[in-house]
Amino acid sequence: MSDKRPTVLLTGISGNLGRVMTKFLHTQFRVVGVDRRPLVGKPKDVEHFQVDLRKRKVDDVFKRIRIDAIIHMGIMHDPRMNAEDHHSFNVLGTTRILECAARHQVKKVVVLSSANVYGPSPENSNFLGEDAPLMAASRFPSVRDLIEVDMLAHGFFWRHPEIETVVMRPVHVVGPSIKNAPSNYLRLKRPMTLAGFDPMVQLIHMDDVARAMVEALKPGRKGVYNLVGPGEVPMSSVFDELKRKPIRVPHMIARPLLSRMFKMRLSSYPAEEIDHIQFLCMVDGHRWARETGWKPKFTMRETIRSVLGE
Amino acid sequence: MASLTDGLKRGFKRWTLSMTEPEFEARLSGSRSSNEYGVDPFGFSLDYALSALGPVLWLYKHYFRVETHGIQNVPAGRVLLISNHSGQLPMDAAMIGIAMLTEATHPRPIRSMIEKWVATLPWVSTFMARIGQIVGTPENCKRVLENDEAILVFPEGMKGISKLYAQRYQLQEFGLGFMRLALETNTPIVPVAVIGAEEQAPAIADLKGVAKLFGLPALPITPTLLPIPLPAKYRLYFGEPIRFHGRADDEDSELDKKVMVVKGAIQKMIDQGLKDRKSVFW
Repeated sequence: MSDKRPTVLLTGISGNLGRVMTKFLHTQFRVVGVDRRPLVGKPKDVEHFQVDLRKRKVDDVFKRIRIDAIIHMGIMHDPRMNAEDHHSFNVLGTTRILECAARHQVKKVVVLSSANVYGPSPENSNFLGEDAPLMAASRFPSVRDLIEVDMLAHGFFWRHPEIETVVMRPVHVVGPSIKNAPSNYLRLKRPMTLAGFDPMVQLIHMDDVARAMVEALKPGRKGVYNLVGPGEVPMSSVFDELKRKPIRVPHMIARPLLSRMFKMRLSSYPAEEIDHIQFLCMVDGHRWARETGWKPKFTMRETIRSVLGE
Repeated sequence: MASLTDGLKRGFKRWTLSMTEPEFEARLSGSRSSNEYGVDPFGFSLDYALSALGPVLWLYKHYFRVETHGIQNVPAGRVLLISNHSGQLPMDAAMIGIAMLTEATHPRPIRSMIEKWVATLPWVSTFMARIGQIVGTPENCKRVLENDEAILVFPEGMKGISKLYAQRYQLQEFGLGFMRLALETNTPIVPVAVIGAEEQAPAIADLKGVAKLFGLPALPITPTLLPIPLPAKYRLYFGEPIRFHGRADDEDSELDKKVMVVKGAIQKMIDQGLKDRKSVFW
């Protein structure tokens, strides 16, 4: 094969964001996917290895193919998943892929973290910088593996100065094919909100995230970055835009109610997620914008409406 | 339900505009950035604020009959307004805010810093955000000053507003945070003295034990039992801007010297204001 394009290994390629990422990558890069799930509808020029990231076999992929860059987005966010398995998949999977990067002298590693690692709280400043402490687990202990993933990547950045490591912390990613908690919440016909609370929120379109990840692959880019979309809006404006009529619940009863509903499988949101619709968790994305000249392509209105597939 | 609140909002906005000059809204609309949803990045909404202002503006004009002195001293661009704090209820903040909106040479919405626990209160938290108030973290303050906005700070904090009638017009201990902020962001300080707020709700006692029980910062007992502001006449004095130079991370004793300059300027204006005042209510 006479493919001269640089090779990018993409973990989590079978996920919804992984597929979007592939679409943006495979015109410029040779894409190698790693995911324990099969890759249905795989483009012809993409190679896929159906391997669990925690397994030794991942190393074989690196032995077989010369990898120039890794995009690591094979990170699980499923509150229904067994906590131990969740933790092991995310933390061990990330550890293993970073080990491979170091062993095989990969030049670039881009890890997709999230602005949620800071955690919503009434004490937050309106805009958190990259140096703000990662407090999410203080109020929501079961997300600590996501914080650990971020810190593993951060530690790797310092331990391996020869490798350009980029940690991206995007705000809530939304899009027509995205099935994460915020997108699903905005798709609800009658979403629950808290009476008297209307925090400002930041959203980013999945295509904008993918574009930023491609930008992060450019030689020279390294460091930890918050990634914001087209701006900030009150949550109520998002629902107005989507023509949703939320059910307003007093915050005192919302937590016990949701916790009961989650246990009875009537809701897919753990009670701790309420913090996201009550308090601020917004970030300052200036560092990334300043250093890369980056701007989102989608306007606020387009970004909001994208959850409905428009 | 939604149309009722919308109607109410429009009614209040009309009330506000009926009490102001015709170009009031147009003049303010350029003072803050706003996106296609009518809010700035912090959640301030001019439309919402104009609705919320009605009652406060009425109090300003007809109840407290606010008189301002030296408001032309407030420069354009970033500025820290440092004021004495009193009266059990933060009406002094509201009156300074209205003065800056309606009478300043460079009229604009100002921000004051709210306590972190306010963000946990339903409705109040939303109301505060929409009228431009933000939680008083150092990062927030720095950000808005670098944005060339005006911030109102009461360095006495709770100690000032909840003091008893016997201590009226005695400045309490000043925090140093505002000075650090001024030095760090090279922001001029305008000292402000509020006369009249002390008499709006004279507190005889502060039931600290009971307040603690209910998680309140203070529980003052006034002639009306709970503090309902009396129609004392407000006089606002704005001093000349003071610029400070030095290191923001200097020792507290060095910062304290600079803070004393501001405190002294406020005290002087308070003394003068009290001397000139003929009556508490007129």
